[in-house]
Amino acid sequence: MPAKFTRKPRKGRKSIIPGFGLTMGFTLAWLSLIVLIPLSTVFIRAAGMGLEEFLEVGFSPRAIAAYQVSFGTAFAAALVNAVFGMIVAWVIVRYEFPGKRIFDALIDLPFALPTAVAGIALTAIYAGNGWIGQFLEPLGIRVAYNPIGITIALIFIGLPFIVRSVEPVLADLSSEVEEAALSLGATPRQVFTRVILPTLLPALLTGFALALARGVGEYGSVIFIAGNMPFESEIAPLLILTQLEQYDYAGATAMAVVMLLVSFAMLLFINLVQAWSRRRVGA
Amino acid sequence: MTASVYRKSGGARWLVAVALTFMVLFLVLPLATVFAEALARGFEAYGATLTHPDAIAAIKLTLTVAAISVPLNVVFGIAAAWAIAKFDFPGKSLLVTFIDLPFSVSPVVAGLVYVLLFGMQGWLGPWLREHDIQIIFAVPGIVLATIFVTFPFVARELIPLMAEQGRDDEEAALSLGASGFQTFLRVTLPNIRWGLFYGVLLCNARAMGEFGAVSVVSGHLRGLTNTMPLHVEILYNEYNFVAAFAVASLLALLALLTLVLKSILEWRFGYHHGSAGH
Repeated sequence: MPAKFTRKPRKGRKSIIPGFGLTMGFTLAWLSLIVLIPLSTVFIRAAGMGLEEFLEVGFSPRAIAAYQVSFGTAFAAALVNAVFGMIVAWVIVRYEFPGKRIFDALIDLPFALPTAVAGIALTAIYAGNGWIGQFLEPLGIRVAYNPIGITIALIFIGLPFIVRSVEPVLADLSSEVEEAALSLGATPRQVFTRVILPTLLPALLTGFALALARGVGEYGSVIFIAGNMPFESEIAPLLILTQLEQYDYAGATAMAVVMLLVSFAMLLFINLVQAWSRRRVGA
Repeated sequence: MTASVYRKSGGARWLVAVALTFMVLFLVLPLATVFAEALARGFEAYGATLTHPDAIAAIKLTLTVAAISVPLNVVFGIAAAWAIAKFDFPGKSLLVTFIDLPFSVSPVVAGLVYVLLFGMQGWLGPWLREHDIQIIFAVPGIVLATIFVTFPFVARELIPLMAEQGRDDEEAALSLGASGFQTFLRVTLPNIRWGLFYGVLLCNARAMGEFGAVSVVSGHLRGLTNTMPLHVEILYNEYNFVAAFAVASLLALLALLTLVLKSILEWRFGYHHGSAGH
């Protein structure tokens, strides 16, 4: 997300600092070579397909089913994380408990642990003979190899996005405000819904959108636990890869464009939320 | 730490219990599983798996890819942060958004765009074949895909940090007669060293662990284009679970090392990184 520039640059005075041409030139060239030109090839290729063919392969029944699986599970996982991530952030900011520093550091584990490692570990835990799966299976609850498993993997991947977004806002929220509300006769529930939640809302929305965006495109942690059955538990990135392996470049390109457009829309949404939150804080 | 009113409401213990259960279930348990499964047949089997030629080739390739892609991202990150934080120009926030773009692109799509560019059916495919250059299903493709997915790490860490520090230090050094390069080396670099280290740490973890993007461009040739995460997948799909988890345990150790170093940076040096989430 665009950085917050804490110090306003002074206008109208030419900087004596050298190197603008060199660093800017290199930045733009490298950015174009690695990111912008490669990304634009997929759009140009899709544009060459014509609208009809694009819609036909980009929104084939199997593709639509895959989008539904990807979005449905990513949304469910982001919702679970919104609730539990907020509780985790709250507990870490407000309470003391043994091992707190270790847990605080572990929250970033999903950022540091390779997704394939997370994928096989979660599968081992939730498979029918796994540590948790063996207790769920007799109850008729199957977690691995279906959309529930995908959701579990995406909860793992998304947790730090929510916690790390909400944490700094919670830390800034002084408990005096809550105490003031309480002493004025508010119930704890009212303090939460009227004081804490509105303050947290922009950070929570940002974290939610970041987790959702990451979850929709996630591949490595999901494919092991997903089952990968077309129309049931096949995620969109996997279908893109399958089409590529079958030399169905049109299908892969069209689906990639759909995924990219969704990513851009979410990026825009996150930027709008942050602009809104800055305006609100400033007001 | 401020005491919360919820401590008095009696829900504190309950909330801590919920949070701890959630973290144990989703963070501690997967980590413990990796090591438990890796050592399921004892240390001897563990060691034998890791000294297998294919495993060693995968480890070497992963180290090579990181050794190329991380320094390139450091150079880019410093250059981008210098241009963006030390100068004013129109379109600055658009540029920052473009730099962040790879974080919101699915890794599979990231791999796909390089296949569309450099693959046999790609734009440059025929030309590359004529000149006998192979990028896709070869190491250059893996490096490119890795650079793409790790692109923003160093830059996004340095941009807010350098913007916050302003230009005064550099301007003072320059007006006292230091050259531009001396100013960077003696003034800017010491100021940003923890941020740079932090960015490199996260960049390296992702570079060594990237799976989706690399999977698309690699071709999965054993001993040749198999990185450690890809090797984990192959072993796992062959039902060689102990070996898969053994290689995975090395990656998990790398993740733990990353977290420890990151925590030391935050606790000892009071470093707070620029932005949440990536």
